[in-house]
Amino acid sequence: MNAAARDRWAGYAFVGPFLLVYAAVLVVPLAMGLVISLHRADLFGRRAWIGLGNYTQALGDPVLHQALGNTILLALLIVPPLTVIALLLALALNRPGRFAAILRGVFFSSLVLSVTIVTLIWRFILTPDAGLIAEGLEAAGHAPIPFLSDPDLVIPAIAVTTLWWSLGFPVMLILAGLQQVPGDIYEAAALDGASRWTVLRRITLPAIRRTLLLVVMLQTAAQLQLFGQAQLLTGGGPGGASRTIVLYIFEVSFGRWELGYATAIAELLFGMIIALTLLQYWLVTRHEGQRT
Amino acid sequence: MRVPLSGLALIDVSKSFGDVPVLERVSLRIAPREFIAFLGPSGSGKSTLLRIIAGLETADSGEVWLDGERIDTRPPGARGIAMVFQHYALYPHMTVRENMAFGLRNAGVAKDEIARRIAQAADILEIGAQLDKKPGQMSGGQRQRVAIGRAIVKQPRLFLLDEPLSNLDAALRGRTRVELAQLRTRVDAALIMVTHDQAEAMTLADRIVILDDCCIQQVGTPAEVYTRPANAFVARFVGSPPMAMLPGVVAGEEAGRVRVRLAGGAVLATDVPAGGLVAGTEVDVGLRPEHVRLAAPGEEGLAAEVELVERLGDRTFLYARLADGAEIVALEPGFGTLRPGEAAALVIDAAAAHIFTAGGAAHHPEPSA
Ligand SMILES: Nc1ncnc2c1ncn2[C@@H]1O[C@H](COP(=O)(O)OP(=O)(O)OP(=O)(O)O)[C@@H](O)[C@H]1O
Ligand SMILES: [Mg+2]
Repeated sequence: MNAAARDRWAGYAFVGPFLLVYAAVLVVPLAMGLVISLHRADLFGRRAWIGLGNYTQALGDPVLHQALGNTILLALLIVPPLTVIALLLALALNRPGRFAAILRGVFFSSLVLSVTIVTLIWRFILTPDAGLIAEGLEAAGHAPIPFLSDPDLVIPAIAVTTLWWSLGFPVMLILAGLQQVPGDIYEAAALDGASRWTVLRRITLPAIRRTLLLVVMLQTAAQLQLFGQAQLLTGGGPGGASRTIVLYIFEVSFGRWELGYATAIAELLFGMIIALTLLQYWLVTRHEGQRT
Repeated sequence: MRVPLSGLALIDVSKSFGDVPVLERVSLRIAPREFIAFLGPSGSGKSTLLRIIAGLETADSGEVWLDGERIDTRPPGARGIAMVFQHYALYPHMTVRENMAFGLRNAGVAKDEIARRIAQAADILEIGAQLDKKPGQMSGGQRQRVAIGRAIVKQPRLFLLDEPLSNLDAALRGRTRVELAQLRTRVDAALIMVTHDQAEAMTLADRIVILDDCCIQQVGTPAEVYTRPANAFVARFVGSPPMAMLPGVVAGEEAGRVRVRLAGGAVLATDVPAGGLVAGTEVDVGLRPEHVRLAAPGEEGLAAEVELVERLGDRTFLYARLADGAEIVALEPGFGTLRPGEAAALVIDAAAAHIFTAGGAAHHPEPSA
């Protein structure tokens, strides 16, 4: 065996364990899901081959279309503001000192709360009977606003809850990105007479471009799978106004026991997320020359 | 204190980081178009002083004046100063052209003027073909030129360079050294270069500022700091290998010149004027390697044991120890034949010896006419 071949085998040996786990927890279920989605299947293992039947059903399913609309709207309401707010917070917290360090901890801590606790907190804030906002409004002489039962308000309510819950991680990512920027280019910019705004626009943002892309990609993928907040806060209601795709998948599989159909929707969602992520990556990196 | 109407003036600049003083009442005048080197050991505050001039660091007290205007109260971008950073600090996502244009755009320079200056700088530095590349696609030497180009286009009144050659390999370093020498003839500005390489300072600078222990130890031309070091620190810091220091006692004077008895008993008749040096004073006799040689066959010399031999091809340095324990370095032309452990007889050119008193004051030889 020559040296190159030995190196190659050593390389495979190093990535081997990872590939095995990756295959076991990702590739295999994905393939099994594809197979199941081509059947009429229930939770007890009964299966009947129906080809693309589940997929054609999905195309004509008005409930799925509504859930798709809700999900996309939620992602649009969450991802851009989340990225901007996280960026502003990270910029504000990216400085030495104990105060900034404490605040960094505080913002990160919301991340460790489980979705159950987050929705409990926000239910307490949003609920029209004796909720925090309702009390405030009543004190000011207004009627309480039914955030969780008005079809026009549930989506924004879920979006705000999710924003609050999800801020910590993007802030940390962007902070890490900011700390990677070498300090001397800021000094060079100071000597070049750049204003704060110019520094942000021409130095900082380009330098953390890839981090921002990562945040947007991760958040898009996460928010398209939004589930817990919707289920716990509103149960998808009123009238499906806040039903998301994953919530619908959950209902179809564990409420209607139509495992084949649920899996087909899941595969469609998976394809959509992959496509969107690749699109975002391509949009941001296509003008980049060589990586620096 | 009067402030000159041209050039740079530092007045009583002090700076400490926390409790640690780095600079204490540093004052310095630099003429327009002068090339100055800040030389000193690591941690002596060279970069700190440079950064105070640039405005990247604020002095605790003191003033900085440039061409009759006080600049230490101004932001870095409004001082008429350009800096070349040790690690270049090029903007990684901008092309070379954008890197050079950035400062000019911020200053509101007209577009065609920017283009003209960039073309001119690219011409001087021979980076015309690289203008549309990004720094990541260039070699270290090319980045260095871009960093210099970015400074040139600003047409500053003062260039600051922090260890501009330290990141380059030996060959590039030599070439860039030549380019820096040419640069100063092309630009109408003073230059301050930080370095801890004395050869760099010696070859490039009009005057060298030697920093140590929070203070300027000496300001002088390369010849001055080499031949008339202000104190023992400068004497040992400038010159390679460093000046040897032989402990001795002033034995008296002869024709107005000091005689020193070394610890081993030998008496040196120096050319140092006797004024101020009383017999019995303990002193160090400073000798550069070129003033210590091997005795010719039959010639009398000080007995020494060779400890280390440094062969440079054209000449050889012998690091030796005298019988009294003092270390001394001798210069031998050519390749040399002695090996470590062997005995040698050394002849000292006493007329070239410097004398340093315990207080650190230096007394230099002054050949009588
Ligand atoms: N931002 C800072 N905070 C605390 N101490 C500092 C800071 N910058 C420099 N120092 C200290 O000040 C002293 C002088 O530092 P400076 O960088 O000016 O030295 P230098 O002469 O440039 O050394 P070198 O040759 O290693 O670059 C050092 O002891 C250093 O540890
Ligand atoms: Mg330094």
